[in-house]
Amino acid sequence: MTVNVLMPALSPTMEQGKLAKWLKNEGDKVKAGDVIAEIETDKATMEVEAVDEGVLARILVPGGAENVAVNTPIAVIAEEGEEIGPAEAAAPAASAPAKAPDIPASAPQAVAAAATVPAAPAEPAAVPAAPSPAVAAPEIPPDTTLIPMTMREALRDAMAEEMRRDQNVFVIGEEVAEYQGAYKVTQGLLQEFGPRRVVDTPITEYGFAGLAVGAAFAGLRPICEFMTFNFAMQAIDHIVNSAGKTLYMSGGQINCPIVFRGPNGAAARVAAQHSQDYAAWFSQVPGLKVVAPSNASDAKGLLKSAIRDANPVVFLENEILYGKQWDTPILEDFLIPIGKARVARAGEDVTLVSFSIGVSHCLTAAEALAKEGIEAEVVDLRTLRPMDVPAIIESVRKTGRCVAVEEGWPQCGIGAEIAARVQEEAFDYLDAPVLRVTGKDVPMPYAANLEKLALPSVAEVIAAVKAALYR
Amino acid sequence: MPAADKNAKFADVAGAAEGAPAEGEILAFSREQELAAYRAMLLIRRFEEKAGQLYGMGLIGGFCHLYIGQEAVVVGARMSAKSSDQFITAYRDHGHMLACGMEPKRVMAELTGRRSGYSKGKGGSMHMFSREKNFYGGHGIVGAPAPLGAGLAFADLYRGDGSVSLTFFGDGAANQGQVYESFNMAELWKLPIVFIVENNRYAMGTSVARSSAQANFSMRGAAFNIPGRQIDGMDVRAVASAVREALDWCRAGKGPFLIEAQTYRYRGHSMSDPAKYRSKEEVQKVREEHDPIEQVRARLLAGGASEDELKQVDAAVRRIVSEAADFATNDPEPDPSELWTDVVL
Repeated sequence: MTVNVLMPALSPTMEQGKLAKWLKNEGDKVKAGDVIAEIETDKATMEVEAVDEGVLARILVPGGAENVAVNTPIAVIAEEGEEIGPAEAAAPAASAPAKAPDIPASAPQAVAAAATVPAAPAEPAAVPAAPSPAVAAPEIPPDTTLIPMTMREALRDAMAEEMRRDQNVFVIGEEVAEYQGAYKVTQGLLQEFGPRRVVDTPITEYGFAGLAVGAAFAGLRPICEFMTFNFAMQAIDHIVNSAGKTLYMSGGQINCPIVFRGPNGAAARVAAQHSQDYAAWFSQVPGLKVVAPSNASDAKGLLKSAIRDANPVVFLENEILYGKQWDTPILEDFLIPIGKARVARAGEDVTLVSFSIGVSHCLTAAEALAKEGIEAEVVDLRTLRPMDVPAIIESVRKTGRCVAVEEGWPQCGIGAEIAARVQEEAFDYLDAPVLRVTGKDVPMPYAANLEKLALPSVAEVIAAVKAALYR
Repeated sequence: MPAADKNAKFADVAGAAEGAPAEGEILAFSREQELAAYRAMLLIRRFEEKAGQLYGMGLIGGFCHLYIGQEAVVVGARMSAKSSDQFITAYRDHGHMLACGMEPKRVMAELTGRRSGYSKGKGGSMHMFSREKNFYGGHGIVGAPAPLGAGLAFADLYRGDGSVSLTFFGDGAANQGQVYESFNMAELWKLPIVFIVENNRYAMGTSVARSSAQANFSMRGAAFNIPGRQIDGMDVRAVASAVREALDWCRAGKGPFLIEAQTYRYRGHSMSDPAKYRSKEEVQKVREEHDPIEQVRARLLAGGASEDELKQVDAAVRRIVSEAADFATNDPEPDPSELWTDVVL
């Protein structure tokens, strides 16, 4: 009996990775627990162990192959003396769980692995095509050179550039230094800036957030990383009470130039306590600025602005977007102003308002709607506080219809705020009620099918647009 | 010199204990040093009494936590510190501000919610700051000063300027988890910080015996290898001595130091405290036998100071406090437009 060795997933959001090298050759005897290969992603490196005793009968994916999809068979282990046929070797993994991501793949190569790789499971091919990677933004001058960059790299570069520029900028958080970032966002910073400016903390969110705020009171510019914003709940007292209110409480004397950043919202299959969108929570607080970029280019320009800002900025990233690529400008000093929305796609029929990963849903929905003759305008808020309400109103005055899209819960959410502002300021322009597409009003479930139901989907955006158009 | 500056200097005792020889666990103060301590503590006492009166008259609102009885703690600490060292505490903070040389009339104007207050009337009793005087609040959340103070110390170490963060909190705050998170990081990174627990025996209405499994707060850093001293916080010389030792430790790069100053508050937790949790006799006994100001006064008189000399100090203090109260009751409220300022820069 032969056993297929499958490309393993190293994290809940991993879709493909690099088969770095084989440590065993075809024909080698292996026993359970032997390390047979090394796998790499942009986040981590892992060893692949044999799970059965036998002979490494066939290597299906050569060492060095990039973009190997998770669950692709990479080798066959056979019993000693057993002959295996080619058909057996190429059989796809029967046990591969049905993946049904609504998230558009970032780039075409995400699906097509190296030519030598056998057929990958069919699901990734069904993922909707990536939205146009070109980010139209007024901050980017024409003729600027653009290079593809992941959001992870863009964030890292933004931090590194600002740390080179200002000695007062430092990074503090769990696993930011020697581990190179729990999500590899701070990769390489320790090597360039040393442990004085890239500070690993104990697991002590309340404490290190408070410490970072105190350092900001004293004039330093901390970038305080939370491994995820779920853990920032332990520190919300210092984010709100200490960072957000002290300028006011001190009559303008003590400002707090700090960035609280990290992944926010759902990753994949990490369930209720690791999958919450806190956008609405933080955006309610006067004294904070709240930013939630949807692409690498914005992430870079906005993070640089956030680090230079004299106020506390809550910078909400998204784990699923970290590994995705967008064309990002090569500019000496690329800053995107906080508080300015961007029209991500122009349209006349309906306004879609979103931020962070929701923008991907909106752009994908807009492309599908265009095929039915509906032109949606997509407004990417980029900043949630101060919210660029005039940009929303300008678009709604043009289209007369508005759908707000977010991953967070509906009650008192960002969409609720948008609905309120639109009816206050553009009531006479509305041809339909403002509709919301949100995360469902439940804690995030673990089961794949339930999780998918709990999150907003492209199909829901399309349905809401049609409802707003009475179609 | 304008009157305001003179009044501030009157109480700012930064460095006043310099040169005092150590005698056992106390510093032997010169007459000049005893007088400096006396002036500063008396100013705090009279200021707080006046604040209590103004509260009773409805001129001060909200919460108002008086420092009466605890004056020796912050004054002794300030006498051994440099003006470049940062001070931070929680909401029983008026004494700390006066000891840091903040102007009494502007502190009082903040208590009355007027426009010349240190926070333009927007912070109140619990939230006042002076970047100029290195006073970083004035925080309303029990325990919050511990990590914030550690952050000030982090900045001191980052810049390598030799400054130390003096971080005050109470016996009640000492049971907050974030205090221990701060202890851990402070020792781990050898931050220049002196944690000063002002143990006034009551966390609001709950006595130390009813709230604290380890009532010796100087031992609370032991698990992190932070040295601790338990001292008589009613003796300004003992505080100055321990803080001098602590600051030397910090400035030598050895990391944090913990001091438990055993003290007592004569008044309630706040102005609205019914004081049902302790007897009048208990309060009276401390006042009569351990009052921090009376101790200094007795030593001054024994050392040859005349009653007249001390009366002059008393008169000067009363004048400053009276001026502060007049100023704070006549200063206009903030302009309504101030509602919208200082939210973000």
